[in-house]
Amino acid sequence: MRILPFTICAILTTGLVVALNSKLGTVPPLGKMLSPSHGLWQNAEAADADFSLDIQSPYLKAPVEVYLDDRLVPHVFAQNDPDAYFAQGYLHAKFRLWQMQFQVLAAGGRLCEVLGEKVGDNSVLEKHDRKFRRMGMMLAAENSVKAMNEVPEDKAAMEAYAAGVNHYIHQLSPAQYPIEFKLLDYAPEEWTPFHSALFLKYMSYDLASDLDDFAMTNLRDHLGKEMFGKAFPAQADSLDPISPKGTVYNVQTPLPVKPANVDSLETAEPTGIAYEVDKPDPDNGSNNWVVGGSRTASGRPILCNDPHLGLNLPSLWFEIQLVTPEYNTYGVSFPGAPSVVIGFNDSIAWGVTNAMRDVMDFYEVKFRDSSMNEYLYNGEWVKTEWRTETIRIRGKADYIDKIPLTVWGPVMYDGTFQSELKNGKAYAIRWKAIDNSLELGAFKGLNRAKNYEDYLAAIRLFKCPGQNFVFASKTDTIAWWQQAKFPAKWRGQGDFVMPGWDSTFRWQGIIADDDNVHMKNPPRGFVSSANQLPADSAYPFYLGGVHDVYRGVIINRLLSAKTGVTVDSMKQMQTDNYNIFAEMARTVLLNNVQENELSSAAKLLLDDYRRWNMRADAGEKGMTIFYTWWNNFADTVWTDNITRKDGLPVPFPHDNTLLEGIIRDSAFVFVDNINTPAIETLPQMLTAALNKTAEDLKTAKDLSWSAFRNVRISHLLSGLPGFSRMHLPIGGGAKIINATKETHGPSWRVIVHMTDKTEAWGVYPGGQSGNPGSKYYDQFVDQWAKGGYNALWLMTANDKQSPKAKWKITFSKS
Amino acid sequence: MKFIATFILTIMLGYVVYVLNDVLPWWTVAVAAFIAAAIVPLKPWASFLAGFLGVALLWWVLAAVIDNANAGVMAMRMAEVLPLEGNKMLLIIITGVVGGLVGGLAALTGSFTRKKTA
Repeated sequence: MRILPFTICAILTTGLVVALNSKLGTVPPLGKMLSPSHGLWQNAEAADADFSLDIQSPYLKAPVEVYLDDRLVPHVFAQNDPDAYFAQGYLHAKFRLWQMQFQVLAAGGRLCEVLGEKVGDNSVLEKHDRKFRRMGMMLAAENSVKAMNEVPEDKAAMEAYAAGVNHYIHQLSPAQYPIEFKLLDYAPEEWTPFHSALFLKYMSYDLASDLDDFAMTNLRDHLGKEMFGKAFPAQADSLDPISPKGTVYNVQTPLPVKPANVDSLETAEPTGIAYEVDKPDPDNGSNNWVVGGSRTASGRPILCNDPHLGLNLPSLWFEIQLVTPEYNTYGVSFPGAPSVVIGFNDSIAWGVTNAMRDVMDFYEVKFRDSSMNEYLYNGEWVKTEWRTETIRIRGKADYIDKIPLTVWGPVMYDGTFQSELKNGKAYAIRWKAIDNSLELGAFKGLNRAKNYEDYLAAIRLFKCPGQNFVFASKTDTIAWWQQAKFPAKWRGQGDFVMPGWDSTFRWQGIIADDDNVHMKNPPRGFVSSANQLPADSAYPFYLGGVHDVYRGVIINRLLSAKTGVTVDSMKQMQTDNYNIFAEMARTVLLNNVQENELSSAAKLLLDDYRRWNMRADAGEKGMTIFYTWWNNFADTVWTDNITRKDGLPVPFPHDNTLLEGIIRDSAFVFVDNINTPAIETLPQMLTAALNKTAEDLKTAKDLSWSAFRNVRISHLLSGLPGFSRMHLPIGGGAKIINATKETHGPSWRVIVHMTDKTEAWGVYPGGQSGNPGSKYYDQFVDQWAKGGYNALWLMTANDKQSPKAKWKITFSKS
Repeated sequence: MKFIATFILTIMLGYVVYVLNDVLPWWTVAVAAFIAAAIVPLKPWASFLAGFLGVALLWWVLAAVIDNANAGVMAMRMAEVLPLEGNKMLLIIITGVVGGLVGGLAALTGSFTRKKTA
């Protein structure tokens, strides 16, 4: 042995191997990553891969058969509930393991464990993990698990599901880990019911968090109460509520009493709250409608639903069919939780849209001193309770966050947590999602519901986030309930930060389920919801939140005019790009624009705009012109009025407020630019905005709507380029039935025809496999962009020999 | 002859590592090249070359075969993530070169376990 050269080479080799085995900054461990035995090549699924398998587990009570069709949709035939959920857990893990685990890390404020304290200049700890912990996500999930333990069937379902996930994880070697684990160099963790609970709470964050109270308070203090009321009116003129105008509401729930000192408090102490909050998309909403048999060609109801959410790969949804002796349910599920979330069975179908009600309020807390051990409440000092959150950080010591708990809830912002809010004050959060609830019970109930009564009993288990549950049965009952446990609020309650030392500002009660807004078999023959206000001001409880106006109007207009409805006409309607907002704006724009003041380029744009059919189809130039023109106009109208000298954040008023303002009165109070001595008029502002539009669009080669914007489906990891789909050729947009925006839109389009043998169609912008190395990863994206649908195969036990059942996974007891 | 023997032995042992990926970590391919070079007496530079070419060729072929079965889906995507501007051939080439370097260095080390070179 030649000691010296041997030693040198051995050190070099070891050094190289260690370097290639380590994640350096954001560079993945290259050796491990590239090695054909362990790296990315192991995730390259053969195009003709065989998915058939035999699985044995002592957990199972009876055999389960799963048939995968050519789209990789599993059709699960089980003898009992826990076995079905075991299989579902296994299948979610098999096809979506990284996504389920990553979403739960995000939900629980645990991203630092994987990403480290910072990514680039962004503090993951301050911007994400501490925020989610202090918002109460972990607390909410713990309360969920407590609720679960009180219902044996729910507990069994969650545990069976977790066992299925873990069965998959346990047989996985590092070479088989999903590619994202390899890129980030970490390993999957054991799944528990707590993980599922946390995931379900993430939906509450996404759909029922209203972090705007601070910005709203800033603007109210800046504009004064009266002007603020004009910038944010309680109800739009063009509102067509879910429950039609004129409905009479006789409620049993005691009406809340507005505290006597609201007005004096709201004008007494101007607050300045600096913060920069990463919020869920305000358009997280959706469309759903059910057309009753009186309006369909078949005489049977047709249910349509398309939830609008952030569009990502892997998709939020996973299609599945669950069959047990009790029920036969098909639909989309959340990888991370048992049962079908939106779907249909042999008797009924259901769909959801977001209620957009405000169930997250903030209370300013006055602590006695900087120890924060006591706070003022009704004139007395009350002892703070403390909650400790331990945040593990990759490559660093743990971060211990001590969070004060008050009668309201956790103190989200205080002197120790200022990344978003920088005025040294303390604010506690009162959020319905933290109260103990397990929404799983509602989904389980819907999966097996046979009729309207079952549906109603099921949805009443649903406490947060508030949803519009629409319903159709084969016996031609159609219905809609806006369901959750909603606080009974006085008008305006929770729009602004409230005083935490005064108990009269509390939520005084919860609206009784029977008093929630609803409709059953209405004479007009259809129900619909599109995130608009559920009721007009005749409803005695304050609704709060931000509500869309326009989709509801166009949906109701189209449905009112339709008879002899077919699945095809519903497909057309669900993907319709007609822009009703543009229709309502057209006259006032054309009447006021001053053609002789336009630049030659702007004149050409105006000609194009005049010829426009008001559709946001992918190829339309007019949509691009209108969109840019309107936004320029809105910017110049509002900016001077709402901007605070101290630069504190304020909310931007809604488009319907401006449009209705200028239609009502061309001297709409905000039109004048208050920073100039002259009085600007509406024609001047609109003309200037179109001239600016011509400047903005001067360099654009292609003005067609889909070229102008970049509709994309981004990978969950900050849109890793190769794992995302960019520049999709698709129309639509905000306020349009096809609500496709750049990174947000119809996440699952489904149409269910309640014929004897249910006929259903659906598509989501993703694919059943979460593996970017699989051809099934983005299988439906192009079809979705084109407005196409897949026929959903409601497989029966007689179909087991069908060629459509391409692969078979058998689960048996070991 | 001995060069070819080292080369082939490296590939064979390297393939065993590939097959046993459930239990062996990826870097045991270095052990494979090390053993091959320790067994067959070659000059150090020849051992390096045999180890380099052995592992590089093995990884190239494995990557190419997998890529072919996969219809290029993964390689194309990863060549954007890594980032290689979507050039999937470059990704395959780099795969082999990285493996080759590990194999070559390990083989060089292996050759020094012997007192005398051939």
